[in-house]
Amino acid sequence: MLSFVVRRLLLLVPVLAGLVVLLFAWLRALPGDPARALLGQRATPASIAQVNAAYGFDQPLPVQFVTYVGKLLRGDLGSSSATGQPVLQSFLDRFPATIELALAALVFAVALGVPLGYAAARRAGGALDSLLVGGSLLGVTIPVFFLAYLLKIVFSQWLPLLPTSGRQDPRIDATHVTGFFVLDGLLTREWDASLDALVHLVLPGIALGTIPLAIIVRITRASVLEVLGEDHVRTARAKGLPRGLVSRRHVLRNALLPVVTTIGLQTGLLFSGAVLTESVFAINGIGSYLFQAISQLDYAVLQGFILFIALTYALVNLVVDLLYGVIDPRVRLS
Amino acid sequence: MALLEVRDLSISFPGGSGRGSALSKAVDGVSFDVEAGQVAGLVGESGSGKSVTSLAVMGLLPHTARVSGSASFDGRDLLAVPERELEGVRGREVAMVFQDPMTSLNPVVTVGTQITEVLRRHTGASRRAARDEAGELLARVGIPAPVRRLREYPHQLSGGMRQRAMIAIALACSPKLLIADEPTTALDVTIQAQVLELMGDLVRERGTAMLLITHDLGVVAGLCDTVTVMYSGRVVERADRHELFARPRHRYTSGLLASVPRLDAPRGQRLQPIPGTPRDVIGWDAGCAFAPRCSAADDACRGTELPLVSDGARDRHLLRCAHPVPDQHDQHDQHDQHDQHDQQERSA
Ligand SMILES: Nc1ncnc2c1ncn2[C@@H]1O[C@H](COP(=O)(O)OP(=O)(O)OP(=O)(O)O)[C@@H](O)[C@H]1O
Ligand code: SF4
Ligand SMILES: [Mg+2]
Repeated sequence: MLSFVVRRLLLLVPVLAGLVVLLFAWLRALPGDPARALLGQRATPASIAQVNAAYGFDQPLPVQFVTYVGKLLRGDLGSSSATGQPVLQSFLDRFPATIELALAALVFAVALGVPLGYAAARRAGGALDSLLVGGSLLGVTIPVFFLAYLLKIVFSQWLPLLPTSGRQDPRIDATHVTGFFVLDGLLTREWDASLDALVHLVLPGIALGTIPLAIIVRITRASVLEVLGEDHVRTARAKGLPRGLVSRRHVLRNALLPVVTTIGLQTGLLFSGAVLTESVFAINGIGSYLFQAISQLDYAVLQGFILFIALTYALVNLVVDLLYGVIDPRVRLS
Repeated sequence: MALLEVRDLSISFPGGSGRGSALSKAVDGVSFDVEAGQVAGLVGESGSGKSVTSLAVMGLLPHTARVSGSASFDGRDLLAVPERELEGVRGREVAMVFQDPMTSLNPVVTVGTQITEVLRRHTGASRRAARDEAGELLARVGIPAPVRRLREYPHQLSGGMRQRAMIAIALACSPKLLIADEPTTALDVTIQAQVLELMGDLVRERGTAMLLITHDLGVVAGLCDTVTVMYSGRVVERADRHELFARPRHRYTSGLLASVPRLDAPRGQRLQPIPGTPRDVIGWDAGCAFAPRCSAADDACRGTELPLVSDGARDRHLLRCAHPVPDQHDQHDQHDQHDQHDQQERSA
């Protein structure tokens, strides 16, 4: 198990190295000039030269690359050419909000999607099944921003039960340790702060989690239906095991493999959706920062962001593979 | 009263197999007994309805199946009791071994848990006691290093080992009846004999009754006390084993016997497969379903339904045939029979 993890992590090194090279070349190949994007149309040649010198853009590309990699190896992602802030610090300030939102959406999707998919399969062809299949078809087609606006309008105009903006009520004087507000509240034992952060996540979580929810319902349903037809389920019933035990031990567990796979595949979906959701619910995450960086061709920020996403992808898939091993012993051996 | 008395069991599925009706009959009016402590064989070609018969007794047919008749086990009709009550019977009083050990064990649950769960369900044994018991069971079915095997998963066991584990699971709660549906068909030929012998030993030493389902008369010959032969969803012949092998009366049974290699067969005699396939059938309401494949078929076999009746004075020998194979007491009779055949074939 441990050697498997180590091997997988080592495998990450060449992947990330390749990505760094590609990314560097690709960003430099994009049309446009960062100094000009930063200073605007009326920039003088002198001020452009000044910016270029400050950020090393005047150096030959190979030199820039070596400098960049050297810094990267020391954990330095460079500074934003737009704000001058160190990229790493900005990420640490903003990513927790985005990740917290993505996790909330994922928990919502899994916690609701697996039981619903299971229930649909158990009553395949029935009214509940048709409802869920139809609902999930609708769910995958609703654009994130549309649902986000809808929820925001409904809950701010007519049903003021849940907060529709921000991450926490500013009147709560919460201590922030990690930047994950729910976690911070738990760590500092400020329960009300934790709860408030959680409540703030409900609507954005639903908006972002609806597409994954719909996908998980469908995958779980299909998977459970398949397992229900397998011989070993008949064996379990032939043993006289009560229905609940058959479901838990002999149906759900086997049916979870494809579900876990889809969860891994949805990381990208969650991140891109999170950027949209953040803007609707006024969450100060990575989204607005990224928009700015794109419009200003902020090399350091964009490089750092994509690297981070790649790393997250790799880690999520590692976790998925480990989960695979936990669920299915046949995977563990090979 | 027999331990299991199946009476007039009929099973049909929606979506007829092209015979016009919306329901297709898989089993039609089947009756047979399994006596306590005895081994009853249920024989027939693929598709004759053996598996659905056993699944009906266990209450394991898909919901879409329509079942009628009765299956009285220890005086209780298993087809009529509610599912809850049936759960208490399955695994404890009636247990089942299935055909394919590769698919009938759960691949993601340890062998140990798959044995202990049935013990804990029915005997209320503690985790520890169930574990110990499971180890002993594995040892009894001939699995080496049983305690280590408990922690392993099915894919770590060979096919033969898996089927032994299935047998251990089935016998865990000492059921009164074991239903084995083609328990050796999926195994290597060399392993088949071992597993059969093991099953025979186990049921004999425990006094467990067994319903042994197979398409292989060779399997029946070694183990069964009585044999019921099915064709296209109906019983066509039933007799004690010695009687059936010595005096097969139904044309299908004799055809089956002629297609099985026998040690006592005269040298050089070739095996004679039954011509045609089980799909060449007519509906039983139009006469004998075997008629399209039977060399003795004539008008008496078609048109009317044939009843299952005792064979003359032998009231334990039942058959459903308009022209039974003549008693073959000596070589002379047999020659006669062959001559008859030849004539018929020539005239056909
Ligand atoms: N779930 C089902 N739905 C529809 N028809 C079924 C179903 N299960 C079985 N049948 C039909 O019932 C008939 C008897 O099938 P069964 O499996 O009992 O045959 P069998 O004698 O066990 O044959 P085999 O030797 O192949 O196992 C077949 O014609 C089959 O098509
Ligand atoms: S009833 Fe007629 S067709 Fe059927 S087995 Fe007997 S002889 Fe053959
Ligand atoms: Mg079968």
